[in-house]
Amino acid sequence: MTDTHISFVRHEEIPPSPPPVAERGVLKWMRENLFSNWFSAILTLVALYIIAKFLIGVFPWFYNGVWDAGSIRECRDILEGRFGACFAVLVDRWDHLLFGFKYPQSEYWRPVLGFVLLVLAAMPALFYMYIPTKFLIGTALYPFLAYWLLWGGTLWLPIAVLAAIIATAFVFRFVEAMSVQMRTILAGLVGVAGAIGLAYLLYLGAQELWFISDSVGSAGGFAAIAGYLFKAASIFTYIFAIPMGIFVGYAIFQSAEDGGLVTVATALLAIYLMLAYAIGPVSEFLNGLIPIELQAVPSRDMGGYMLCMMLGTVCVSLSVPLGIVLALGRQSKMPLIKGVCVVFIEFVRGVPLITLLFVANVMLAYFFPPGSGLDLFLRVVIMITMFSAAYIAEVIRGGLAALPKGQYEAADSLGLNYTQATRLIILPQALKISIPGIVNVAVGLFKDTTLVSVISMFDIVGMIRGPIQQSTDWISIYWEVYLFAAVCFFIVCYGISQYSQWLERQLATDHR
Amino acid sequence: MNKSVFFGALAGAALAGGVASAATLDDVKARGKLNCGVTTGVPGFAEPDANGVWQGFDVAVCRAVAAAVLSDPTAVEFVPTTGKTRFTALASGEIDMLARNTTWTFSRDVDLKFEFTGVNYYDGQGFMTPADLGVTSAKDLDGATVCIQTGTTTELNLADFFRSNNISYEPVPIETGAEAVQQYNAGACDVYTTDASALAAQRANFEDPSAHVIMPEIISKEPLGPLVRHGDNEWADIVRWTLNALITAEELGVTSVNLSEMGGGTNNPEINRLLGTEGDLGAMLGLDKEWAKRAIGVAGNYGEIFEKNIGESTPIGLARGLNAQWTDGGLIYSPPFR
Repeated sequence: MTDTHISFVRHEEIPPSPPPVAERGVLKWMRENLFSNWFSAILTLVALYIIAKFLIGVFPWFYNGVWDAGSIRECRDILEGRFGACFAVLVDRWDHLLFGFKYPQSEYWRPVLGFVLLVLAAMPALFYMYIPTKFLIGTALYPFLAYWLLWGGTLWLPIAVLAAIIATAFVFRFVEAMSVQMRTILAGLVGVAGAIGLAYLLYLGAQELWFISDSVGSAGGFAAIAGYLFKAASIFTYIFAIPMGIFVGYAIFQSAEDGGLVTVATALLAIYLMLAYAIGPVSEFLNGLIPIELQAVPSRDMGGYMLCMMLGTVCVSLSVPLGIVLALGRQSKMPLIKGVCVVFIEFVRGVPLITLLFVANVMLAYFFPPGSGLDLFLRVVIMITMFSAAYIAEVIRGGLAALPKGQYEAADSLGLNYTQATRLIILPQALKISIPGIVNVAVGLFKDTTLVSVISMFDIVGMIRGPIQQSTDWISIYWEVYLFAAVCFFIVCYGISQYSQWLERQLATDHR
Repeated sequence: MNKSVFFGALAGAALAGGVASAATLDDVKARGKLNCGVTTGVPGFAEPDANGVWQGFDVAVCRAVAAAVLSDPTAVEFVPTTGKTRFTALASGEIDMLARNTTWTFSRDVDLKFEFTGVNYYDGQGFMTPADLGVTSAKDLDGATVCIQTGTTTELNLADFFRSNNISYEPVPIETGAEAVQQYNAGACDVYTTDASALAAQRANFEDPSAHVIMPEIISKEPLGPLVRHGDNEWADIVRWTLNALITAEELGVTSVNLSEMGGGTNNPEINRLLGTEGDLGAMLGLDKEWAKRAIGVAGNYGEIFEKNIGESTPIGLARGLNAQWTDGGLIYSPPFR
């Protein structure tokens, strides 16, 4: 029974009234975050004043910026004494900043295409949870294509190398599947070949050490001591060349039963023979039949931001796997492997990167006979990779150490062998923990690529410091070019960092 | 151990392939290219232009040698070197000659085992200060802060100068010329010291050149010239006499304009010997008759190269000064072609 006439009863709900002005929107945010008490109010005002002052000071520099001039003098004429930047240098030397001054202009499409393909090829690896696994084949093929695009020459060379790698995988499978009798015969042959090969390699190494000791030791003083050390190492290697060969050959022969060592040795032998003797003639022959060639560009002609990107990509992608191997090696129970890994990591971490680069550029030139030796780019890649691999190894070791011991024991109790346990249980968890550290090293490595400018390679900083700042047209231009380099690096490094944060969120399975 | 084996194998393979020979001329001819070490950039002396082609006063020497030896001034592989890598690059055979405004000193010539093949620019170390500092002589600079490039002879000269004049200074170490100018203009130092040629070039490009003065004192001798390794005198002769050919051409009035006309023969026997219409000087060097004619044909004689790259009509704006021909009161002097 309701009597609506007696008193007023509201039938509908009152719409909620908006909160007071001071308690909503921008005002609330400002009150809470900027003016919560008198102290932060003062700090806010001071900060605002400084920011405003800075912007007012910097704004004309950008606003008056000259984009169209042929030299710093023309820039000054256009500015007529006003305060302004001379961005014209970026327009004038755009190509040089990006590709270096020696990369042929008609071939700029190649690094650009290589970069676009890099983005595409990286996708399946970076966003593997959204992209079908089969696209990873494209990622695996990318390095060969990129080599051809950047360095030119015949396409058949990277194809032949790829074929050799695939063939080696088949050899590996084939030997693994062999019957024990067959494998015993093979192990005998490979053992003899391995023994002779290793002894010969050691003999050559000893010769090389002797050569180095001569070139080092002639300087006298401290260098003489280094020379004697190299001589001692050389004599040691001479003496142990043949015993080492016999020992390893015998070990290969002994492994015929379970097949571990003999399989690896056969595969190594196969790929060595193919790379050393088959690749060159085969690719030349194929190129004679169907010539697919691009203009060859030597490593010395690479430069600009492209060089930083190349070094960064190659070294990061090589140093992560190497770092994992080193980290696992350092945890190994086998003293030899553990010792090698510890010495390598501690030695490389104890040396500044710049000295390694100087060794790569200057010292190796002494050690090799004139006109021979490794490509400069390859030398630098080896040094930077070694350097960052040592750091990544330590980061990953941290990840491994953070895993509870129970994880290792659980893996053992399931009857998994070392490879299976590491691959399925240990590494996925350890790597997840290590992501921030690995990314930290990767970002640092990418920025360290600018150090190559001290060994007269013209990466973006080398281009700025040398040919641009020291040219008659742009003599002593400073802020504009360095600002440009900073922007270039910021874009990539910020991208890497954002990706890693996203990846961490994707992989977060714990309850935080 | 593994690594040395690896390198050993590579080096062993390479040794079997090509044995290093002392005959640089044969190497260069076989390669078809001259490897010439230059700076990573010094305005007017060596710098790649906007198209990536090397230009400059030192570069012209490389091109002249390439033209003389290989008949092609573009057959040069320019190897940029820093102050730290230049000597190892030459000693290790990575480059055939170094034309990188390098000062000819006793220890570099004798102890480092190089052969300086002449002087293409006589320089000296000077001082620059802001005009409103009111200093007129470097000896008044007691207590000044001095911007100085590290790792160069200028650093040592500076210490010697201040010590011998019994005055004190405070060095501000700097890596590159551009950085030095930036610091100097920002007031980080009262004085900037380096080779006088570089001072002049940098001052000419200041917003207000008249606000800075270059002190009259030149405190060092800096004869800059191309150099090669010890022990290959034939090659050293080629580089030396190519430079001398450029200098002699100016003295005798052979220019890029009248070169082809004079190459047909003149009644001055020295010009004829130089350009190969008389005698056979080229064969004595292991080259053909017209080697010097080609070298001069690249960019003209010494004077023309100077004017085009660093002369008073360029933004660098250097006067000939010491680098005038000896007939004009300078030091540029070539032994006779006979």
